[in-house]
Amino acid sequence: MITLLALVPIVGALLVTLLPRASRGQQLLARHVALGASGVALVVALVIAARFDAGEGGYQMVQEHAWIEPLGATYSVGLNGIGLALVLLTVILTPVVLLAAYRDELPGYRSANSYVAWMLVLEGLAILVFTATDAFLFYVAFEATLVPIYFLIGSYGGEGRQKAATTFLLYNLLGGLLMLAAIVGLYVVSSDAGEASYRLADLANLPFAEDTERLLFLGFMAAFAVKAPLWPFHTWLPEAAASATPATSVLMVSVIDKVGTFGMIRWGLELFPGAADWASPTIMALAVVSIVYGALAAIGSTDIRRLVAYTSVSHFGFIILGIFAFTQTSTSGSVLYMFNHGLSTAALFLVTGIMISRRGSAEISAFGGVQKIAPVMAGVLLIAGLSSLSLPGLAPFVSEFLVLAGTFTVNVPLAVIATLGIVLAAVYVLVLYQRTMTGPLVEQSRVVTELTTREVVVLAPLVVIIIGLGLFPQPMLDLVNPAVAVVLGGLP
Amino acid sequence: MSDLLTLSMILFTIGAVGVLVRRNALIVFMCVELMLNATNLAFVAFAREHGNLDGQLAAFLVMVVAAAEVVVGLAIIIAIHRSRGSVSVDEVRQVRG
Amino acid sequence: MMIWLLVAFPALGAALLLTSGRRSDRHGHLVATAASAASFVWGLVLFFRLLARDSGDRTVTESLFTWISTGQGPGSFHVEMSLVFDPLAALFVLLITGVGTLIHVYSIGYMEHDERRRRFFAFLNLFIAAMLVLVLAGDYLVLFLGWEGVGLASYLLIGFWQHKPSAAAAAKKAFVVNRVGDIGMALAIMLMFKEFGTTEIAAVGDSVAGTAASTITVLGLLLLLGACGKSAQVPLQGWLLDAMEGPTPVSALIHAATMVTAGVYLIVRSNAIFDASETARTAVVVVGLVTLIAGAIIGCAKDDIKKALAGSTMSQIGYMMLAAGLGPAGYAFAIFHLVTHGFFKANMFLGAGSVMHAMDDDVNMRHYGALRTALPVTFATFGLGYLAIIGFPGFSGFFSKDKIIEAALAHNVWVGLAAVAGAGITAFYMTRLVTMTFAGQKRWREEVHPHESPRVMTVPLIVLAAASVLGGLLVLSDWITDWLEPVVGHTEHHHVEILGAEWPPIAVSVLVTAVVAAGVALGWFTYGRKPIASETPERVSVLTRAARADLYGDTINEWVAVRPTVTLARGVAWFDQFGLHRAVTGFVTLIGDGAAAMRTWQNGFVRSYALGVFVGALVLTLGLLAVIWR
Repeated sequence: MITLLALVPIVGALLVTLLPRASRGQQLLARHVALGASGVALVVALVIAARFDAGEGGYQMVQEHAWIEPLGATYSVGLNGIGLALVLLTVILTPVVLLAAYRDELPGYRSANSYVAWMLVLEGLAILVFTATDAFLFYVAFEATLVPIYFLIGSYGGEGRQKAATTFLLYNLLGGLLMLAAIVGLYVVSSDAGEASYRLADLANLPFAEDTERLLFLGFMAAFAVKAPLWPFHTWLPEAAASATPATSVLMVSVIDKVGTFGMIRWGLELFPGAADWASPTIMALAVVSIVYGALAAIGSTDIRRLVAYTSVSHFGFIILGIFAFTQTSTSGSVLYMFNHGLSTAALFLVTGIMISRRGSAEISAFGGVQKIAPVMAGVLLIAGLSSLSLPGLAPFVSEFLVLAGTFTVNVPLAVIATLGIVLAAVYVLVLYQRTMTGPLVEQSRVVTELTTREVVVLAPLVVIIIGLGLFPQPMLDLVNPAVAVVLGGLP
Repeated sequence: MSDLLTLSMILFTIGAVGVLVRRNALIVFMCVELMLNATNLAFVAFAREHGNLDGQLAAFLVMVVAAAEVVVGLAIIIAIHRSRGSVSVDEVRQVRG
Repeated sequence: MMIWLLVAFPALGAALLLTSGRRSDRHGHLVATAASAASFVWGLVLFFRLLARDSGDRTVTESLFTWISTGQGPGSFHVEMSLVFDPLAALFVLLITGVGTLIHVYSIGYMEHDERRRRFFAFLNLFIAAMLVLVLAGDYLVLFLGWEGVGLASYLLIGFWQHKPSAAAAAKKAFVVNRVGDIGMALAIMLMFKEFGTTEIAAVGDSVAGTAASTITVLGLLLLLGACGKSAQVPLQGWLLDAMEGPTPVSALIHAATMVTAGVYLIVRSNAIFDASETARTAVVVVGLVTLIAGAIIGCAKDDIKKALAGSTMSQIGYMMLAAGLGPAGYAFAIFHLVTHGFFKANMFLGAGSVMHAMDDDVNMRHYGALRTALPVTFATFGLGYLAIIGFPGFSGFFSKDKIIEAALAHNVWVGLAAVAGAGITAFYMTRLVTMTFAGQKRWREEVHPHESPRVMTVPLIVLAAASVLGGLLVLSDWITDWLEPVVGHTEHHHVEILGAEWPPIAVSVLVTAVVAAGVALGWFTYGRKPIASETPERVSVLTRAARADLYGDTINEWVAVRPTVTLARGVAWFDQFGLHRAVTGFVTLIGDGAAAMRTWQNGFVRSYALGVFVGALVLTLGLLAVIWR
């Protein structure tokens, strides 16, 4: 079932690349097919979710096949609540993003076929990453996601796209390299202990020497900290987001970056509980720096896309803080935060992307008084912004508060500093809204026209889910709680 | 003994300077041979001084290698001469970085 | 009891108006008003049901669903979406929906020509819903939901005329300053979770007894910080004066009658915590007292009628805070004053709106004068509100303010005397306001033709004026203190002792009335008897200048908070893009440059390679010799 879910978008991608791409009309067909494929994936995922037993904390629907036997690598996939939450995020966002990208202007004579195909490939790989229960399979899928993103930024982005794509690739490859070293290390340890195996269940029982465990943990964390991104490994994100199309930014920040925080839980906490415990004070401190630093940088940004990227740095700080506070409250909050942040950032990137593409500039100062001619767009920007500043009643508030409350019980000073972030968040969101939407209508902003029906259809589901999960977050929490309890149960 | 070594040193220096300053590949090649033979002379001198055959052995080895090298080297020089009508070493710089 | 229905009406109204688009432009305001009125009627029904019960049984709790839960075990976070309808909440529900409905009606006339009227009413409904959540919440986190909800509604309504940059800036300022207060609120809730394992209001109150005093004090101070933000108390007072950029009905409903009093509500609601901490109570008294005086001084110097009233609001909330800080002796009176203030201040703000309506939206009182004949109904209702706020005997403000001053005198003579002085200043600035507006010579320009507002606006004025007069009845035979007793505990009858002698309550009343009369007289002789310049005079005392600049609150904020943050933010953004990022990419560039430099050695000259070989051999030989000889 899980394999099927991962295969649907990949097959869809193959299909799209085989379709003719000579004219605009033919490329439109390719977009329809891609949207259809992501729709099928959504349905399959919903079926999986319906069959999933939410009360169970362990892995379900496990599939295993022999893969590379000499290495001990198995094809092994399974889902727990944390994985399912992120899979759902992926399959919800992909059709939204594909629809949002229907009118994206692609540079040169590049066809839309490959553009949407890469997105589908990314969806398939992301599902594999979130479901892999074999370290080797995870590593392969983790690194493979770099390829689609590299091409999505490097081939289809805006100005400075190639440099941004290279920066992205270098950062992530460097992190990945350290993780590869840790993967090799795992092989050595597991073959010393008996038979070589990469299966999560086998690895979790390995007897690690303290130093080895810490080194291996740091190897994994290097990759995840770059991906997540944790201060000071974050600087690739604003560059990439400033050059990518909004659709790419959404997939990159909302889905793929979650692999970092997701990996911290599954491959950091589950495999190396001792080392995670050892490193948690440092990581929590870095996370708090991320929160404040990201928020300040967002306030100081003049480019809308960079601003949104920095808000994500700040939010990832909250997620990481919650994970490493090791309380049921904060870690559940973090997992929920991953889901909520995906939605709110997607809404923010998409609506600002629409603004930017109409205006032809991403500078905040290029806008003014847009609310007058595009009230619905202004409303969506405000809701997306308010969810980003964690207004109660909107989804991110629940998760942010859980993170803070959980952290407060174990480390008061860090929680207090992190709480300052809520004031800074109000500043960056409201300044953005005030400068772009309010005041007298600036003549050059007249081109920023109201949302079209297609754009409303794209953004409406995000807004509905954000409000819905703000008032009724419990279904998601019920999904996440047991899995988090199992993970935290393994900690010393 | 020291006379022989002095002679060897003078021959070696002449060869080395020749390699560095001459452009004609053939001359450079001769100079390399001169350097090789200068070392041979030194080897033989040492062998005589120490009263064993180690130095003689090394000299023979050098001669054999030099003979092989002459074959290959001259072949290359002839090939270059054929293709470009010159044997100046400064004109052959396709392999620069 | 279906308490949720109270919230559901306006919430549905807001959702309906916001999603239905232009189709509902024609009747949107009626839908919203009906929703608010329905809520009021249902509130009345619930109130009478509560009244029918025994006084010990007047707390009804309804849990709608589990809002947030991270599991069952100890240490897990669990919040029920619970609503509590008790005597305190009931009073608030009636105040919010009652005054709210009147203001809805008034706005039908006031906003008639605004093309975005439907959205205005949607936001008003959103506010009513959020405010009801705030006062009905059975859990601090649910309260926080309403707390931020009213903040959002306030943001949207202050900035309603978004095309005015000043309105947009004021809205942002209000939200951000409130967020500073929210830090206190959020941290307080976290602390409750840490210490008590629950954030349910009743459970927190029960847990206070067994907790360290220092923790309770911290908790109280954090809640006070939250209350300061929402209720515009010093040091977070700066946003309220700017908030007058919003349409006048908004100022009446949100920034006078209801939302800004939420801080007082929070403290009274958390009475268990404040009862247990002397320090926290003292802090509340100090904050209340400072704001009381500061607001009154600001009110004396403003020429903008709405800002003068806003200063007065700050000051009156200062009274409520002061009362709340007195502990069980004052909670009921804080709420009493809150209710009467809700009536007369809403009345006066709406009256000010009616005046502005007549004067082509001019807010400068120096351009008014002699409006009593042009606007008879407005003048009459405003006059009643005026008599109520200065505490004219028999009017509602007389009873409510008197009770607070009495309690303050009993608590501490100096605090009490400061409160008495505040009453005098109140009388002065309100007299100034009324005489400048309604009395004296007319100072309007020729093209302005003041006219009385339509019936839809004057009827709410009349109703509110009646309430301002009669609000004092609530205290008859101690009804309000008895009614609130299940929530705030028994209100002790206090004895005022000054200089060793006990003062009867009537003596206190006489003292206050005398001070008030002095204030009125001073105001009348300063502004009523002399002609008033239609331009703001430049040569004024230092105090007036300071009061005009809001006692330099904004300047302090600017230099202490805003500028450092902005500078730091710009610095961080610059550093990140050109410092940190360059440092990382710079390392990559360094490798590239090094490689490029080394590439030039590969020039293709055989002879230079040979030289390299010789030099290398030489260096090697010399090196070996050096090692051997050493």
